[in-house]
Amino acid sequence: MTASTPDVIDLLAGIGAGSFVDRIRAERPETRLNAQKSYLALFEPIQEGGILRMERLAVAAFVAGLHDASAAAEFYSAGIIETMGGASLAAAVRAEVEKGRTHGPYGKYPAAPLSVGDKSGLVFEVSDFGRVALGGKLSAALEHSHLLVFRPREASPAALQKLLDAGWSTTAIVTLSQIVSFLAFQIRVVTGLAALSKAGAGTLASAAAE
Amino acid sequence: MSEIAIHPKLERRPSAFTQAEIGWAPWLAPLVEEDLTGRHWAGLVDPSRAKSAYFMLLVRDPEILEARTKTDKDIFHNTAAGLPRADRELSATAASRVNGCIFCASVHSRFASHYSKRTSDVQRLLDEGTDTDLGSRRWNAIVEASVALTATPSAFNEGEIARLRSEGLNDLEISDVIHGAAFFNWANRLMLSLGEPTPAAEA
Repeated sequence: MTASTPDVIDLLAGIGAGSFVDRIRAERPETRLNAQKSYLALFEPIQEGGILRMERLAVAAFVAGLHDASAAAEFYSAGIIETMGGASLAAAVRAEVEKGRTHGPYGKYPAAPLSVGDKSGLVFEVSDFGRVALGGKLSAALEHSHLLVFRPREASPAALQKLLDAGWSTTAIVTLSQIVSFLAFQIRVVTGLAALSKAGAGTLASAAAE
Repeated sequence: MSEIAIHPKLERRPSAFTQAEIGWAPWLAPLVEEDLTGRHWAGLVDPSRAKSAYFMLLVRDPEILEARTKTDKDIFHNTAAGLPRADRELSATAASRVNGCIFCASVHSRFASHYSKRTSDVQRLLDEGTDTDLGSRRWNAIVEASVALTATPSAFNEGEIARLRSEGLNDLEISDVIHGAAFFNWANRLMLSLGEPTPAAEA
């Protein structure tokens, strides 16, 4: 299965084989390989641990939606929908994305003198309807994901305690944090490379092509 | 009975961006060396990382740590035909400054200064923020691109590409800027959410 999994960054950024962005990525084979291995470690793990594949995909679809990264949001939602009963879960996640959309990063710093840079913004809570559809454990994960996406500087031991109280183990919180944080990376690489692709080849590729 | 998050008892918590060698304390229990299996050692990549509370916490999920570490090393160290180290460290510092990661900003601003010898320009970025003039159009363009990419939703588009090109960056170097800033959106969120910076050791 793994061998046939497409390179997700290429897929989401629309990078065709042999295009100039493809050739640029080929200059950094380790980065390309390990970005893909990171995706596989999180979404096709050898051990599910304390976080189910469905939960992994739900968090990813939520995070991608918050980034307004439509290709990524569709990609992860499609993974949810493929599984039994997934359509209603995907719809519930989408509804929470609509409620959670905003612009970041914002948040309070720990103390003066940085307090001058404090910027207030939405503190997201899953809707009552969403809490029923998603359950307490996944709802806690989405609330934490929103914190990490938009106001990571407000993270706290209390935020982790909420996850622990909702049934997340320490190890599962590490995986959850990696999923949200990896998505923050993957989506930005896709955004950046898609912009480069749209801008058309510049100096390096044109010199190589001639 | 759920597990309990750690509340480190700290005097003088770092409260400003700095190039000093500060530390980091976890809010969840790291593994200890006796717990590590072969799978965990593979995840650490460098055995010396067993001395770091951060990596010993992340190694609870060894497969993603291993892949992430190898991504990190290549993005920041593989300069073949691409962007110099100083500029990569600048992109990491800019992303960390925007997200508010005092710890990541300390490490990578120190590297940016080390490779560029432009310590005071780097300090101005920390003190005044990412809008400050760093004394060269090239650095300003790299910071602007990193900031645009770090916004959520991202504000990075062909305008940033054009500006980087006008400063002489080729496409591989632009890709290196993108990866450096994007990677720190990963690193910042782990560092910020799983623990906090601790003061530099007394001189």
